Amino acid sequence: MAKELMKGNEALAEAAIRAGCRFYSGYPITPQTEILEYLSWRMDEVGGTFVQTESELAGVNMLLGAAAAGARALTSSAGPGFSLKQEGISYLVAADLPAVIIDVMRIGTGLGDIAQGQGDYWQLTRGGGHGDYHTIVLAPASVQENCDMMQVAFQLAEKYRHPVLVASDAAIGQMMEGVELPPMTEHDIDSYDWAVRGCLPGDSPRKIQNTYYTRPDYVEYLREKYASMEANEQRWESYMTEDADVVLVAYGISSRISREAVDMARAQGLKLGLIRPITLWPFPVKAFDACPKAKAFMTVEINILGQMVDDVKLAVSSRCPVGFHGSFFSLPEPEEIIEQAKSLMEKEGI
Amino acid sequence: MKLKAPESVFSSASFCPGCGHGLASRLIGEVAEELGIQHSLVTVVDVACCSFNIDYWKFDTIMAAHGRDIPTAVGVKHVRPGSSVLAYMGDGAAYSIGMAETIHAALRNDNICVIVINNSVFGMTGGQMAPTTLPGEKTATSPKGKDPTRYGTLSGVELLKHMDIAYLARGELVGSAGMIKAKKLIKSAFQHQLKGDGFSLVELLSPCPTNLNLPPVKARDFVHNEMTKYFPTGVFIDKGGVE
Repeated sequence: MAKELMKGNEALAEAAIRAGCRFYSGYPITPQTEILEYLSWRMDEVGGTFVQTESELAGVNMLLGAAAAGARALTSSAGPGFSLKQEGISYLVAADLPAVIIDVMRIGTGLGDIAQGQGDYWQLTRGGGHGDYHTIVLAPASVQENCDMMQVAFQLAEKYRHPVLVASDAAIGQMMEGVELPPMTEHDIDSYDWAVRGCLPGDSPRKIQNTYYTRPDYVEYLREKYASMEANEQRWESYMTEDADVVLVAYGISSRISREAVDMARAQGLKLGLIRPITLWPFPVKAFDACPKAKAFMTVEINILGQMVDDVKLAVSSRCPVGFHGSFFSLPEPEEIIEQAKSLMEKEGI
Repeated sequence: MKLKAPESVFSSASFCPGCGHGLASRLIGEVAEELGIQHSLVTVVDVACCSFNIDYWKFDTIMAAHGRDIPTAVGVKHVRPGSSVLAYMGDGAAYSIGMAETIHAALRNDNICVIVINNSVFGMTGGQMAPTTLPGEKTATSPKGKDPTRYGTLSGVELLKHMDIAYLARGELVGSAGMIKAKKLIKSAFQHQLKGDGFSLVELLSPCPTNLNLPPVKARDFVHNEMTKYFPTGVFIDKGGVE
């Protein structure tokens, strides 16, 4: 199939359509607004629904209604808007509803700014709303992966009856790359018996609410659901980890720069490797088994606090030191990553 | 004449004695059956006292987040346009936490029915002050009476009555005349949705004896004699009629 040149956000939108998504409700905020703009005309073409809502709160709760009615439904946001989505995400989880929510990450706390960032990692992976939950989080690193992951996101959402988050960022959202678009698929809103549609005589009415009210096995059910996700849905890509002395850990746009750093370092005789988490939750702890020579790990993230460091420490059971290279506002530079890897090795006597 | 409960309503309910919710729930069941929509209707209930209806009605039902049942209902209607969709909520949801959602669904003229049970307080949380609390009314958070210089009293109907929507009315769940009228208002709202006219909202003034600290009869009198001064009943918008 011929490749097309597409902007990352538009690729997310088109791929959602091709994954059978026929409902979108959302609110403009940079750097994800192209998703709305694209779907405002594209949904018309495919007979779907696009609603520009009065707020992110209305957007995510409208999504909940559409999901409860059986549609493949999507919303998206960024920064402060993504915080407002958390209310609905918590309710989607509580009611066992599948839906996909995109966070095109921007930089900083509060208003922050519109440049690329990776500061939502904790919010994405720890359950950003109230209560006691996780969601599967997919982290694309290219415009092609934006396309490929939408189908996966909807499939996982329906497999587990659980919202799935797609963690893109401003760099991938705004860049243009050649992509091969997936084929069009259709979704039947009557695929699932639980979706509301009207209760026929003799049937039990369908009730979409917190499953705490309806499942006697609520606690066990949820523990098993999350355990199953952790066992079966870890996704990652390893690059030159077999003989690496220091393994970088980076996702999204940072992973592409880290890969370049690995190549540059190896040309200098420095054995770096890279683990790229594709799922941020469940965190791909299995990836760390395939780093037999690693003496240290170092995360590369666009944030101040090194939000992924704790997950790497848990993955390696603290048997190796875990460093952190953080950039803020700017993208990480491969030369800086290599310098920091060198100083980590020096400090740890590697 | 033999009186019979609508089949779409289960026999048990958890409302306090003298509460208006049970009356509204039954009227909605009766209307659904009279219009023949009981097997396609999807209801969305707000949290708090409204949410009891998820166990009370034999309709497919969603329990929405506080103040968000209008957008939730709109999401259902877009996906299932053949279903009648009802958003059922209290005055706190409609005019406080969900005010933006109410106004913007009206602005989009979304084709759903909204029923607002206005009892002048936040019921489930124990009778705190609401935007609909009357001036001077004592509540759990206005123990000396609502101070009108600090907190106004809001009429949702006044806000909506100049908007381009299908239907807007207010009734009271008081006495047989009030019940007969309220049922007519509910029916008209659903008839507008069936015609595809767009957004309809029916506010029903409702006694809350528990939180008004009044016996049921006096709570009913408070609705009829005091609340109607600020919230007059009537039909305010009826686009094209339904007959």
